[in-house]
Amino acid sequence: MEYFLEQVINGLQLGLVYALIALGYTMVYGIVRLINFAHGEVFMVGAFVGYFGFTNWNMPWPLAILVAMIICACLGMTIERLAYRPLRYAPRIMALIAAIGVSFFIAHFCSLKFMFGPNYRVVQRPFEEVYWSIGGVTISNIQLLIFVTVVIMLLGLQYLVYRTRLGAAMRTLSYDHDTARLMGVNVDRTISLTFGIGAALAAVGGVLYAIAYPQIFTFMGIMPGLKAFTAAVLGGIGLIPGAMLGALIMGQAEVMTAAFISSQLRDMIAFSILILVLLIKPTGILGKTQPEKV
Amino acid sequence: MVRVSKWVALLTVILFSLSIIAGCGGGGTPAPTAPVEEIKIGLIAPLTGDVKTFGESVKNAFELAIEESGHKVGDFNIKYVIADDRNVATEAVNVADKLITQDKVSAIVGSVTSSCTIPISEVAQAAGVVVISPTATNPKVTVDGGKRKDYIFRACFIDPFQGTVAARFALDELGAKTAAVLFDQGNDYTIGLKDYFKEAFVAGGGQVVAEEAYAKTDTDFSAVLTRIAQLKPDVLFLPDYYQKVSLIGKQARDKGITATFLGGDGWDSPEIDWTAMDGGYFTNHYSPEDPRPEVKEWVDKYTAKYGQTPDALATLAYDATKLLLAAIEKAGSKDPAAIRDAMASIEGFQAVSGSISFDENGNPIKSAVILQIKDGAQKFVTIVNP
Repeated sequence: MEYFLEQVINGLQLGLVYALIALGYTMVYGIVRLINFAHGEVFMVGAFVGYFGFTNWNMPWPLAILVAMIICACLGMTIERLAYRPLRYAPRIMALIAAIGVSFFIAHFCSLKFMFGPNYRVVQRPFEEVYWSIGGVTISNIQLLIFVTVVIMLLGLQYLVYRTRLGAAMRTLSYDHDTARLMGVNVDRTISLTFGIGAALAAVGGVLYAIAYPQIFTFMGIMPGLKAFTAAVLGGIGLIPGAMLGALIMGQAEVMTAAFISSQLRDMIAFSILILVLLIKPTGILGKTQPEKV
Repeated sequence: MVRVSKWVALLTVILFSLSIIAGCGGGGTPAPTAPVEEIKIGLIAPLTGDVKTFGESVKNAFELAIEESGHKVGDFNIKYVIADDRNVATEAVNVADKLITQDKVSAIVGSVTSSCTIPISEVAQAAGVVVISPTATNPKVTVDGGKRKDYIFRACFIDPFQGTVAARFALDELGAKTAAVLFDQGNDYTIGLKDYFKEAFVAGGGQVVAEEAYAKTDTDFSAVLTRIAQLKPDVLFLPDYYQKVSLIGKQARDKGITATFLGGDGWDSPEIDWTAMDGGYFTNHYSPEDPRPEVKEWVDKYTAKYGQTPDALATLAYDATKLLLAAIEKAGSKDPAAIRDAMASIEGFQAVSGSISFDENGNPIKSAVILQIKDGAQKFVTIVNP
C-alpha cells in the first residue's frame, strides 16, 4: 500500500510538471486555434534561465523563477509577433508548420556555443532536499514545492480568465475574432499577452523540472513538450481544467506502467491511452462536441 | 510551340555546361608533383554533447601523439582533420562520410562511444578506410553477425570482458547476492555491458532482481527506483555514461537506495557527480596510479601539457594514435589496405595501457583495473587479468 502511494506521488510530481506546460498549449489553442509547438522550447529556455539565475547570477531561487518567467514571456510574445502574426489569416496548416520550424530553430539555435552550448549541465539544487515520512510514504520538499506552485498557477489562471478584463477579452476571442474586434477587443494585444502568459507558465515548469530532475540540455524540451501537448489533447484542448486532468493522467499512466508492468512500455502505454480516448471521444475527456462554426 | 522551344533551350544549356565541365577535366591541369607526400588522418570524437569530456580527452591525447611524432611518419607529413559527432549516431555517419569522401583520409581514429563507432565502422569498411577506435568496447564494432570488418581495430578491451569482470568483482569482493540493473534501451554500449554482467552474475550464483530499461531522453526514474528500493539489492549496476549515471545515482539516493553502485568505463569523467556516486566501483582500462614507468612518464607528460591527470580515454586515444602511426610507418604507404595489413600484424606493441597484440577480431588482449569513487577522487582498487 505504501509502495502504491509512493508511486502515486511520483506520478503526481511528473503530471504536475506536465500540467504547467500543458496549460500554455491549451490557452494558446483555445484562443487562436494554433498548436504552438515551440512551447517545449520555451520550457527549455525557462529551465536554462532559472539555472543561470541561481548558479551563475547568485539569485535567490524565487527571483530566478521570476526572471525566467519575464524572459520567457518576452520570448513567447516575440515568437508570436515574428512567426505567427503574419500567418494569422493564412490557412491554419501554415501556422502549424511554422510552429514546428520555430521549435527546431530555437532548440538548435540555443545549442550553439555562444548561446547555451550543446552540453549537458548538472543543476545544483538551490536549496537542501528535505524528506518527510508520513505513514511510510516519503515526500520531499521539492514535490511539495511543485504541488503548491501548480495550485497557485491554476488558481491564478482561473482568476485571470474569469475575473479580469483581459480574461473576458480572451474568452470573447475564443468564440469569434471578428465579432470580438467589433466589440472593441484589441485582438493583437490580447493574443500577444496570451502567448506571454503561456510562456511564463512554461518557464515555471522548466525551472521546477530542472530542480526535480537536475540535468538540463538544449533538446530537453522536445519530450516533455510532446507529452504535455498530448495531455492537453487528452483532457480536451482549449480547456484549462482539461489540460490539468490530462497531465495528471499522463503522469500516472507513465509511472504506473514503469512501476507495475515494465519501464520499456511506459511511453507506449501513455500514448495508447491518448489514441483510445481520441477514438472514443475525439474532443478529449472534458471536451464538448461543438457544432462547426461557419 | 513555346513550350517545346523552352525545353530545347534548357537542354542546350545543360549540354553546353556539361561540355565545359568535361573540357576542364580533359584540359589537364598539370599534376602537382609535391616534394614531400602528405598523409591525412581523421579524428572523430564527441567534442560537445552529453559525453564531451570523453571527446576533449581524446582530442588532447591525439594531438599530443601527433605533436610528438613531429607531424611526420615515415616519409609522410601528417595532416589531420578533427570532426565532432556530438555522440549522435547519425552525426557520426555524416562526419565519417565527409572525412572519407571530401577530406580523403587514409585512416580515422575514433569514435569514442560504441553507438557512434558501430555505424562509422560500416561506412569505413565499405569505403576501405582504416579505423581504430580508442574506446568503443562493444563487440559489434569489429565483428558483425560473425563477419569480421577487417579495416576496423580498437585499442581497448571489449564489453564481454568488462561486464564479466564487474560481475566477478561484485560476487567475490563485495559479496553481493542480488543486483538490479538499469540500462539505456537504445545504446549498444549499455545493452552489451548489461547482458554480459547479467550472464556472469547469474552464472556465479547471484540473482538479478530487477532489469529496467530507459530511453536516452528520460530524466524521471522515480517509478523504477521506488520499485528497486523495495527490492533492496546489494548492488545497482549502472552501465551508462557519467551524465546519465550521475542523474540516476542522485535520484536513487533520494529514494533511499543504499546498494553499492557499480559501472563500466563510461564513468571515467571529472564531471561525474562525485557526491551522489561516492563509494561506487567501476571497471576501467588503466589507472594513473599504476606503478609501471611508462604510465608515470605518460601521466607527467600529459599533466605538463594540459594541467590535469589523463583519464583512460586520453590514454587509450594516445595508444590508438601511436598504434596507427606505427602501422603507417611499417606499411610505408598511405594505401589503407597496406595500413590495415600492417596493423593486423602488430604484436607486443608497448602502449601505456599495456602490451597490445590483436586477436583475429581486431581486439587487443589486455587487463582491466577496478577503481572506486571515494571522497571526490578515483582510487585504484585492483587489476584483473583476462
